[in-house]
Amino acid sequence: MFNASLKQLSLQLAEKKISSTELTTEFLNRIKKLNAEYNAFITVNEEISLAQARAADKMIAAGQANPLTGIPIAQKDIFCAKGWLTTCGSKMLSNFVSPYDAGVIERFNQVGAVNIGKTNMDEFAMGSSNETSFYGVVKNPWDVSAVPGGSSGGAACAVAARLAPAATGTDTGGSIRQPAALCGISGIKPTYGLVSRYGMIAFASSLDQGGPMAKSAEDLALMLNVMVGFDPRDSTSLQRDAEDYARDLQKPLAGLRIGLPKEYFAEGMSQDVASAIEKALEEYRKLGAQTVEVSLPNAPLAIPVYYVLAPAEASSNLSRFDGVRYGHRAQSYSDLRDMYRKTRAEGFGAEVKRRILIGTYVLSHGYYDAYYIKAQKLRRLIAQDFTEAYKQCDIIMGPTTPTVAFNLGEKSDDPIQMYLSDIYTSAANLTGLPAMSIPVGLGDKNRPVGLHIMGNYFREAQMLNVAHQYQQVTDWHLKSPV
Amino acid sequence: MQWEIVIGLEVHAQLSTRSKIFSGASTAYGAPPNTQACVIDLALPGVLPVLNKGAVERAIKLGLSVGAKINSPSIFARKNYFYPDLPKGYQISQLELPVVQGGSIQIQVDGVEKNIRLTRAHLEEDAGKSLHEDFHGMSGIDLNRAGTPLLEIVSEPDMRSSAEAVAYAKTLHSLVRWIGICDGNMQEGSFRCDANVSVRPRGSEQLGTRCEIKNLNSFRFLEKAIDYEARRQIEILEDGGTIRQETRLYDANKDETRTMRSKEDANDYRYFPDPDLLPLEIPQSWIDQLKETLPELPAARRNRYVTAFGLSAYDAGVLTSTRELADYFENTVKQLSAQAKLCANWIMGEISGQLNKEGMEITACPISPTQLAVLLSRISDGTISGKAAKTVFESLWHGEQNVDAIIAAKGLKQISDDSAIEKLVDEVLAANAQQVADYRNGKEKAFNSLIGQIMKATQGKANPAQVNAILKKKLAG
Repeated sequence: MFNASLKQLSLQLAEKKISSTELTTEFLNRIKKLNAEYNAFITVNEEISLAQARAADKMIAAGQANPLTGIPIAQKDIFCAKGWLTTCGSKMLSNFVSPYDAGVIERFNQVGAVNIGKTNMDEFAMGSSNETSFYGVVKNPWDVSAVPGGSSGGAACAVAARLAPAATGTDTGGSIRQPAALCGISGIKPTYGLVSRYGMIAFASSLDQGGPMAKSAEDLALMLNVMVGFDPRDSTSLQRDAEDYARDLQKPLAGLRIGLPKEYFAEGMSQDVASAIEKALEEYRKLGAQTVEVSLPNAPLAIPVYYVLAPAEASSNLSRFDGVRYGHRAQSYSDLRDMYRKTRAEGFGAEVKRRILIGTYVLSHGYYDAYYIKAQKLRRLIAQDFTEAYKQCDIIMGPTTPTVAFNLGEKSDDPIQMYLSDIYTSAANLTGLPAMSIPVGLGDKNRPVGLHIMGNYFREAQMLNVAHQYQQVTDWHLKSPV
Repeated sequence: MQWEIVIGLEVHAQLSTRSKIFSGASTAYGAPPNTQACVIDLALPGVLPVLNKGAVERAIKLGLSVGAKINSPSIFARKNYFYPDLPKGYQISQLELPVVQGGSIQIQVDGVEKNIRLTRAHLEEDAGKSLHEDFHGMSGIDLNRAGTPLLEIVSEPDMRSSAEAVAYAKTLHSLVRWIGICDGNMQEGSFRCDANVSVRPRGSEQLGTRCEIKNLNSFRFLEKAIDYEARRQIEILEDGGTIRQETRLYDANKDETRTMRSKEDANDYRYFPDPDLLPLEIPQSWIDQLKETLPELPAARRNRYVTAFGLSAYDAGVLTSTRELADYFENTVKQLSAQAKLCANWIMGEISGQLNKEGMEITACPISPTQLAVLLSRISDGTISGKAAKTVFESLWHGEQNVDAIIAAKGLKQISDDSAIEKLVDEVLAANAQQVADYRNGKEKAFNSLIGQIMKATQGKANPAQVNAILKKKLAG
C-alpha cells in the first residue's frame, strides 16, 4: 500500500477495498512510527486528517469521487491551511494557526483529498538542505547522514520514505526539483502563474511556484490536475483553459529533440551524476529521441542573478513579520524599535537574516541600479537564451544537481557552496519556465541522481509524457530506500 | 530684500470606491476598530493584493479632467518602511510610471487667472491608524483605514502665495467632487494637503531649500501654515541662517510649524516594482469610455456661463464652485430665458445666504429650482416687487409650495396699472403742494419724499419703476 501509485490507491478506494479512513490511519501510524527518525513533518493533526478522510468516504459512497478523493497528501508548511499550525519552518510563525486556506489547499479540499500533515522545510523556503528549519533537520531516507535537499526537504523525504503517497512543494530556485533529485522521487515546478500563490507564504514573489512531488510522472500529472487553475486572488495567476496533464503520457517519443546545453555539461558536474545522466540519455535515444547540443550562454549567470532578485523580494516580503499582529514577539523590550529588533533577531534564523540583509542592500539607494536593475536585465537575457534554444529542441535535459545529496552539516557553514546546489535549477524560476526532476540512478554512496527535464512554457503535459515514457522502461522511480 | 514664496502641494484624495484598493473590505468611515480589515489588510502570511478597477477608473477620470497623460503601462511599487500601522512593512504605491502624468489646473485669485501645472497623480494605499491614548502606555492599532485607496496629486512648485495655494486646493477639491471620485470630506481625512514651501529672493531663478508641511486638513490651516512657514524661513535667511530640508508638522493650536523629521532621518524606502502586481495596461478604449462618462467640467461651464449667459467671470466662478450648485443654477435658468443675471443674483444672494446661515448644502435646499424660477418670473413680469419677492421667498423656505398662492394670500401683488398709479400720483401731488414746489425749486430730496408717500398710500404695492416714471412726468409737466 505504501508503494502504491495514486492511480492504484484511487482504484482501491473506488472499489471499496480500503476506505479513506483506513488509508489515512495507515499513513498516520507510519508517520507516528518513522517521523521521529526523519523529521519530515512539523505538524500532524490526526483529528482534522481523519475528519477529512471520513468526509472523503462519504463522497466516494455518494459516487462523487475524483481521482484524488480520500488520498492523503502531505502539504508543505508554507501553505496556509485553516486550523493548522502554519510555520513556514520558522520560529517567527511558531504560534501561527492560519484562519484561512491557501488556494492550493482549497483545491485539494474541494476534491476531497486528505491533508496528512504539514511538512518540514527550510525556514521561509530559504535553503537547499532543509538545515535552516527551526524545527530541525530532515534526514534523507536513502542515507540518514545525508541532507534531503531543500527547501521542500520534508515533502521529498515524506514521499521517499513512503510517509505520504504524494506531497506539495514550492520552488523558488529549485526547491521542488533539488530535494526530489536528492531523495530519488519526481517533482515538477509548473510554468509560473499556473498554481495559485494565494496563501502560499511568499519568499520571492516573482519566482515562487507551487507544484507536486510524487513517486512518478503519472502521479505528478494527477496532482497537477488538482493544483493548476486560475485564482482571482492572485494577480499573477493565469487564466487558461483547464488541461488534463495526463493526456499525453502514452505518446511515443520518436522524433523528440532533446537539447543538451553545453553549459550544463561542463565542469562542476560530478562523475557519478554525469554517468547516470548519460545512461538516462541513452534510454531516451533508445526510445527514439535524438539529442542535440544547444547553448544557454547566459545560464551561468542564473545563480548571481537569482541571489540578487530573490533576496530583494524576500527582504520586502518578510517585513510583515514584525511581532505586531501575529507570530513571535520578543518577551521584553524598551520601545517600538527595540521590539522590532528583538522580535526579528529572535524570530529569524541566520540564513533568513543573511538574505534580508542582502536584499535590503541591493534595493538601497545608490545600489539599486547596479544590482536590482542589472539583475532584471540579465534575467531577460537568460529568458532569451531559452527562447533561442527551444527553436532547436522540444525539451532540454541535464542534471538537476551537480552532485548527489551531501552530508548533513557539510555545506551549512558555506553559503556559496550551498547556493551552487541550485546552479541548474534557478534559471527555470528566473524565466518562469516549467521544469521537473525524475530519478535516473544512484550515484556515490548509493544516493539518488535526478534528471532535470525542462520544457517550453505550458508544456507540462509534454514533459510528463517524456518522463513517463522513461519510467515505463526503467524502474528507478519504483526504488524505495525503506 | 524682497522675497518670493514658492509653494507646491501634494494632495491625498481618498477615492470613493466602496471597497479597498487591494482587498474586498469596506472603506466606510467610522466603523469600530479593526472590523473592516480582512486577511489581506491584516497582511497575514501568504495573502496577495488584487487591484480595484474602480480606483484606477477614478484616477483616469482625474487625469482626463486635467488634460494629463494616462500612462500605460503603469507600475505599482513597494515603499518599504516599518511602522505598526503599516501591516505589510511596505506601502503599495507608484514611483515610476504613475497612472496620471502632467496636466494642469486653472485657478483664479483676485480675478486673475493662473495655470498651475501638475507633476503627476499616483495611486496608493492608505495606512492604518495608531491610537496612543487609552491603552495604558501601549498603543492601539486600527487597520480599518489600511488599504483605503488614495490618489496622491502632486503639483509643480507653481504657486507664489498662500492665497494661490488655497485657490489651487479649493479648485482641486471642487474638481474631485465634481467628477465624483472623492467625497472631499476634509474632517474625515478624505482630502488632505501637504505643502512644500520655500522662499527665494524675488527675481531669482533658483529654488530655495524647501520644507514639507504635513497634514493640513483645512483650507484655513493650509493658508496659515504657509504664511507661518514662509515668515519663519525668511527670518532665518535674513538673520544669515540656512534652511534645513525637513518635514514639519503644523500645530493649529499654536499656529506654528515644527520639525517632524529632518532629511537625514528620512527612510531609504527601497522602492521596487511590486512583483505581486503586474504592470497595469490601460487600453485607449477604456480611457475613451471613461471620457464619455465625464460631466461637463467646471472650467467649461464657467466659460459657458460667461459667453452664453453674459455672467461675470466672478459670478460664473461662484456658481461653478460645486457641481450641485451649478446644476441648481442651470435648472433654474432654463425655465427663465434671458434672466440669468437675476437668477445668479438670487442664488448667490438669498439662497446661498440662507443655506450658509443654516449650515445646509444646496442639495438640501427647500426651494426647488422650479419654485425659484416661478418666483423670479413674477418679479420680471411685474407681478411683485423685489421686496415682496423676499417675503414669498421666506414662505417658500419654510415649506409653502405655491408661489402664486403665497402672493395672493399675502396680498403682495403689485399695482402695475398706469391709470391707477396716475390717479394715486395725482392725489399725492395735490396733498403735498409744498414738496412739489420744493422739488421744482431744485430740492432733489423732495422727489424721494413724494415716492415714499405714494408707496405708503399703496402699502408698497405700486410698481416702483412705474411710480418713478409717472411722478417724473407729472412733475416735469
